[in-house]
Amino acid sequence: MEALLLQVLSGLATGGIYASLALAVVMIYKATHVVNFAQGEMAMFSTYLAWQFIQWGLPYWGAFFLTIAVSFVGGVVIERAVIRPFEAHDALLAVVTVFIGLFLILNAMAGWTWEYTLKSFPSPFPAQAYLGGYLSGHQLGLFGVVLATLAIVYAFFRFTPLGLAMRAAAENPDSSRLVGIRVSWMLALGWGFAAALGAIAGIMVAPLVFLEPNMMGFVLIYAFAGALLGGIDNPWGAVIGGFTMGVLENIMGVYVVGTELKLTVALVIIVGVLVVRPSGVFGKAVVTRV
Amino acid sequence: MAAILEARDLHAFYGPTHVLHGISFGIETGGISALLGANGAGKTTALRALCGMIATRGEVTFDGAPIRGKATEDIVRCGVAHVPEGRGTFAALTVEENLRLGAYTRKDKAALGGDLERVYHYFPRLKERHKQQAGTLSGGEQQMLAVSRALMMRPRLMLLDEPSFGLAPLLVQDIFEILRSINREEKVAMLLVEQNAAQALDVADHAYVLETGRVMMSGTSAAIRSDDSIRRSYLGY
Amino acid sequence: MNLGWRTLGLLGALVAACLLPFLLSDYRIFQLTLVMVYAIALLGLNILTGFNGQFSLGHGAFYAIGAYTAAILMAHYQVPYWATLPAAAVVCLGAGFLFGLPALRLEGLFLALATLSLAVAMPSILKYRGIAELTGGVQGLVLFKPDAPAFFVKAGLPLNQDQWLYFFTLAVTIVMFVLAWNLLRGRVGRAIVAIRDQPIAARAMGINAAMYKSLTFGVGALYAGVAGALGAIAIQFVAPDSFQVGLSFVFLIGAVIGGIYSISGAVFGAFFVLFVPHISEGISRAAPQAIFGAFLIVFMFVMPVGIAGFLRLASAWARRRTHRSSPVRGEAP
Repeated sequence: MEALLLQVLSGLATGGIYASLALAVVMIYKATHVVNFAQGEMAMFSTYLAWQFIQWGLPYWGAFFLTIAVSFVGGVVIERAVIRPFEAHDALLAVVTVFIGLFLILNAMAGWTWEYTLKSFPSPFPAQAYLGGYLSGHQLGLFGVVLATLAIVYAFFRFTPLGLAMRAAAENPDSSRLVGIRVSWMLALGWGFAAALGAIAGIMVAPLVFLEPNMMGFVLIYAFAGALLGGIDNPWGAVIGGFTMGVLENIMGVYVVGTELKLTVALVIIVGVLVVRPSGVFGKAVVTRV
Repeated sequence: MAAILEARDLHAFYGPTHVLHGISFGIETGGISALLGANGAGKTTALRALCGMIATRGEVTFDGAPIRGKATEDIVRCGVAHVPEGRGTFAALTVEENLRLGAYTRKDKAALGGDLERVYHYFPRLKERHKQQAGTLSGGEQQMLAVSRALMMRPRLMLLDEPSFGLAPLLVQDIFEILRSINREEKVAMLLVEQNAAQALDVADHAYVLETGRVMMSGTSAAIRSDDSIRRSYLGY
Repeated sequence: MNLGWRTLGLLGALVAACLLPFLLSDYRIFQLTLVMVYAIALLGLNILTGFNGQFSLGHGAFYAIGAYTAAILMAHYQVPYWATLPAAAVVCLGAGFLFGLPALRLEGLFLALATLSLAVAMPSILKYRGIAELTGGVQGLVLFKPDAPAFFVKAGLPLNQDQWLYFFTLAVTIVMFVLAWNLLRGRVGRAIVAIRDQPIAARAMGINAAMYKSLTFGVGALYAGVAGALGAIAIQFVAPDSFQVGLSFVFLIGAVIGGIYSISGAVFGAFFVLFVPHISEGISRAAPQAIFGAFLIVFMFVMPVGIAGFLRLASAWARRRTHRSSPVRGEAP
């Protein structure tokens, strides 16, 4: 019983990473109705930037916040330069292909700049283990960082005029224009936020796995599964879904299928949710009129 | 009195379809004008054209400055509030959030509280429901919300697309009364698009009658109201 | 008249294809064999995504299933290499059809997501210890290239292994392409395209969209499977890490660059995805990927119909020019 509880807690800690990335994905989905397949690679690239800043002598938290700021700007730039030209394109093939192209370019740039050798990434939290050795200092710290981040994001969207404007632009772009909101810039800001969230997810996960260009692939699939599970158009759902996937990963891994089939678990959940209840647990069921 | 908005030879297109064929009209500062006509006459299209929501050709000036061809959000920032067909409320957001969004472009944020109070004074029902999700409001309440949101902009001109649509007659009268008060007290010019010509002519000073994208007749409301042939041919009563 | 040129061109290409193995080195022959293998896989993706509008990011997973089917049959059951192709075809047709059934309810984006997850999960499924006895686990399975049938030696035409495999693959490729061409220009093909363009109208006209979509998914997977089997034989080796998600991306790239809405696009795309890494690997390990990514974005912007589409447009433009300069009597210019 105690072991199960500890697995759950440990799962919640890593679930925070999935929740952050899932929130980033849902943010962009709400505004554009497309899933950003390159979200993981953007996060990976941000993590490499953080690593580089630390290599250049910046203290950990300095590098952390600098990376978030740079990633935010990077997200805005990517939206303006790469995504915006395709805004008018209706064809799904065009949009997703561009995301895949972005994925490949970011992955290649990271590999070319920092090479493919595994690197270790520092953690600012004490290395000791808590709760009888089941939770590392990093996992606890990670959980705290994620909660703080989510709280800040929530407060921003709920209480600030800009946050309100971004919510409005995502929900109803036409009406938003009628109150003077520059909808296309709201979109760019949304990308900036998503990129910043991804950076936090990447920096937090890097000490747990090794830093290498393909490190976010697993995290991204789990984030997708969490976002779908919670409801792809629901930010709360994304967060809850992400935490759930973390717990599920641990429970399934220890008690059911072993650690080898973790990705298969995500696959089953993704296909399962899409087939049984595409709007997810908390999402709104969309009825298409013929 | 000077014209706050003037459209000259305005053409509008939905894609390749030519829907407005060079219409000209104007609204006096602080005045109320109406665009009348049957379904499909091009009234809603005219409002959309003024706000830059569709492709246009011709000349439109607001307060003397040209606005045709500008982006919707830039036209709006000049002081034009558009209450669209279907109200355009943000259904997932609360009543108060909708109202705050109306004030999004205002520089004087301190006056927001006072403005909210004024809006609630016109529409007490909104104050009761200010924490409610806008999508759960009744049709009449949504109309009130849409007009209020436009008011929060402190606009110089309000464009109203069928404010009476789907509302019970008594409610329609109420709303038009309030529109008249707003026009008088806040000195906001208005352009009303209405199928309910009788109500519109009661409230407007000046009216234009449209048919298939052209202005068939224009004049003071008194003149149009008293002309039997116009009333019967174009206004249906 | 244009049809005459096209047929002449195809015949010429066929003749050249038959002569090449005697003029090139073994390695080049091997590369060309792989080009044909990829062309078959890409043709499957074109049918599924280009013609039927079902966006699959998991094509590599079915390629892997085909490859492993062939490998397991050859390594464990001593099945002759040529018999593994129909087996891989059947297995993948079934797997594709089965995956296509739940996928029926998934539109565009979500189908892409589901197929992507399949592609990402595939290596770990192949590595799973529970079936490692069959699949060879992380190490994979080793195969042996077949010798040319004795008949050729006796006929005085000694073919080495690479040359024989080349001709075998060429024959299979021609068959697969002719089958696709036949399928797409008939009633079935029109139904497939109708489902892509106007799904509701198609259903209203009595086309059983669900059945067609699942079948098309199966057909796409079948092509990937046959290609996978041929690829396994050519490379003589299958291992889980050869079939990572990157493979599905490579197929998408080949399809888009070659021309996803056409049959010939599969050939152009195959040349592209095989030779770009070959040429650019020397620059850096990351170069092929960067080039792929850049080309994807640029092509989507400038030439979404791919090389094949561009050639078609160019030839139509050229035809209009020649007709205008020399009008046929009685025909309006």
